Amino acid sequence: MSDAVLDRLTRQEYPHGFVTDIDTDVIPAGLSEDVVRLISKKKGEPEWLLDWRLKAYRHWLTMTEPKWARVTYPPIDYQKIVYYAAPKSSVEGAPKSLDAVEPELLAMYEKLGVPLKEREILAGVAVDAVIDSVSVATTFKEKLGSLGIIFCSFSEAVREHPDLVKKYLGSVVPSSDNFFAALNSAVFSDGSFCFIPKGVRCPMELSTYFRINQADTGQFERTLIVAEQGARVSYLEGCTAPKRDTNQLHAAVVELVALDDAQIKYSTVQNWYPGDREGKGGIYNFVTKRGKCAGRNSRISWTQVETGSAITWKYPSCILLGDNSVGEFYSVALANNYQQADTGTKMIHIGKNTHSTIVSKGISAGHGQNTYRGAVTILKNAEGARNYSQCDSLLIGDQCGAHTFPYIEVKNSSATLEHEASTSKIGEDQLFYCMQRGISAEDAVSLIVNGFAKRVLKELPMEFAVEAQKLLGVSLEGSVG
Amino acid sequence: MTNVHTPLLEIRNLHAVIEEDGTEILKGIDLKILPGEVHAIMGPNGSGKSTLAHVLSGRPGYVVTQGTARFQGMDLLAMPAETRAREGIFLAFQYPVEIPGVSNTYFLRTAVNTVRKHRGQPELDAIDFLALLDEKAKLVKMEEALLNRSVNEGFSGGEKKRNEVLQMAILDPKLAILDETDSGLDIDALRVAASGVNALRDGVRGMLVITHYQRLLDYIIPDYVHVLSDGKIVKSGDKNLAKELEAKGYSWIEKEPPPATASTVAGALAR
Repeated sequence: MSDAVLDRLTRQEYPHGFVTDIDTDVIPAGLSEDVVRLISKKKGEPEWLLDWRLKAYRHWLTMTEPKWARVTYPPIDYQKIVYYAAPKSSVEGAPKSLDAVEPELLAMYEKLGVPLKEREILAGVAVDAVIDSVSVATTFKEKLGSLGIIFCSFSEAVREHPDLVKKYLGSVVPSSDNFFAALNSAVFSDGSFCFIPKGVRCPMELSTYFRINQADTGQFERTLIVAEQGARVSYLEGCTAPKRDTNQLHAAVVELVALDDAQIKYSTVQNWYPGDREGKGGIYNFVTKRGKCAGRNSRISWTQVETGSAITWKYPSCILLGDNSVGEFYSVALANNYQQADTGTKMIHIGKNTHSTIVSKGISAGHGQNTYRGAVTILKNAEGARNYSQCDSLLIGDQCGAHTFPYIEVKNSSATLEHEASTSKIGEDQLFYCMQRGISAEDAVSLIVNGFAKRVLKELPMEFAVEAQKLLGVSLEGSVG
Repeated sequence: MTNVHTPLLEIRNLHAVIEEDGTEILKGIDLKILPGEVHAIMGPNGSGKSTLAHVLSGRPGYVVTQGTARFQGMDLLAMPAETRAREGIFLAFQYPVEIPGVSNTYFLRTAVNTVRKHRGQPELDAIDFLALLDEKAKLVKMEEALLNRSVNEGFSGGEKKRNEVLQMAILDPKLAILDETDSGLDIDALRVAASGVNALRDGVRGMLVITHYQRLLDYIIPDYVHVLSDGKIVKSGDKNLAKELEAKGYSWIEKEPPPATASTVAGALAR
């Protein structure tokens, strides 16, 4: 019985799978120095940035795709990917205000549940909307501007604040860091930029909503967030893509920099198209995210709810350079049907009395394979460093898998590390217990999964926690069998 | 006995096997429970007591091969487990299940509103629900702290059983099946759980109390006692039967020839 229900539950329809008909400027598929130059030219970039891209590209040519993750996929033909696509209306530069944004675009975001206009008025959340390769709208700019906060598309930041970009770009994730980061550095097209000046607490959530629309394109965005001394910011990103039979590559880079006493909270609700029930199509989400606690007493916190993508390869990490700095990683990753997730974090303790917390909750259903991969490194001078790690796996059905690879490297004997791990299965017992109280099997699974993920979900900003809870339920529809 | 309603539960010649290996556990059970009656099922380990509770509540893993079970005239065996619960069958588990991260209060409210919806009653909002919870928690002497903890997680044996009785009080079932509610309880915990159950005896609600030992029946005094042995009811009587069993042991029953005593308990058994 419960098998039939689980099965029904995981048989979910991806609700964001539509394509929007937008007049789009697309360059031919393929990658070469000329393509890098073309992207840079289309964006009207300064010489130094083009040089930076070319350096990254030349380095990328010498690299090979990493194979250590516990994921399998056919070879990617990098010459078949389109590296730049933009809605035509925005090619001339980002619209000055929402009124200048194409109605089709606004309607698309409306349909996705990100009504740019409504949000601007009601929710008090500033949104940067990125479609395919470019940012189409950023809300609340003026209000934030009055506090000295810069929140804009990456392209605009390059134009308007070149010194800041130049100073911090690649300072956390060097262009040569890894295969996908190098590729991103060569061809990145847009993304979000946030700068919170000294002593300012950002009064609202900042968020970027990423959308892939065009077929056969890759999405390569970069996000750079800098919080100066004593600044605080909470940032959220959401992602969706149309349903397509082919796989699409998403290779983003996110860099966070926190100076003395600064705090950055970065939350992700990732719901890229996961592919169909047979594992056809879906996004390859190969992302490099890293934060640097550069200053004393700084704090960087990553929270992620990963329900989408055919393959997820990402390890939001913290470099704990400043003394007393704190790094946190809270993650829920769900792999249903034929999804594969290899995700986790790296906590690199360099400064004294640095603390890190890792809470990872993996949920596997259908034929899904979920891997936690984490590294805690305590370097020689990290006197008094502490880490607490907790990795829990929940299995639904008997065809899925959960895997855990925790790496620990300690070079200072004063360090304290704790690691807890558990693997459990949604039992017939739990399901029957709920059903005997009148709760349907679908609701029971959603209840149990949300209970399992609660420790992480409560780290999300309030309004998104509810969304994430629903998403977990929907993503498992058809999984009780 | 109290009135001539449609039986709450009427089981005829019920046979059930374990799905996995086909072992027959229930070998022809006949039982009739009228509204307001409290029936006790006693029997040695492996006699099929818990299986009967599981089959009646729709737990997966069993196949009914013969016989019928009707609940208020409806075909009970045709209903999925959650429908049985919504129609008013409640099982107090022998081993209540832990659900980490889900607060007891949230769980109960979800359950009660699902059941109310099914019965065509309006759902309770948070305030009304908390008032109800408060009232019922007093009934089973449940501390507030337990209500906010995860369902059964880290509860002591006594707390788990009290939690079952609390759920029963809130869901207000028509027929409550108590599966070895006394197992693992010391005498004080047993008293608290039993007084909660007794408070829910209202002359309308039926109860099926499954137990290995007579001592629970000192606190929950049954109208009828049935002895189950090797998948069949081999003896029925009133509360004194339990005492006799306690004194003589189950071997006394097992040695006796199949009983004809059923007819002496008028109204209690299916014909």
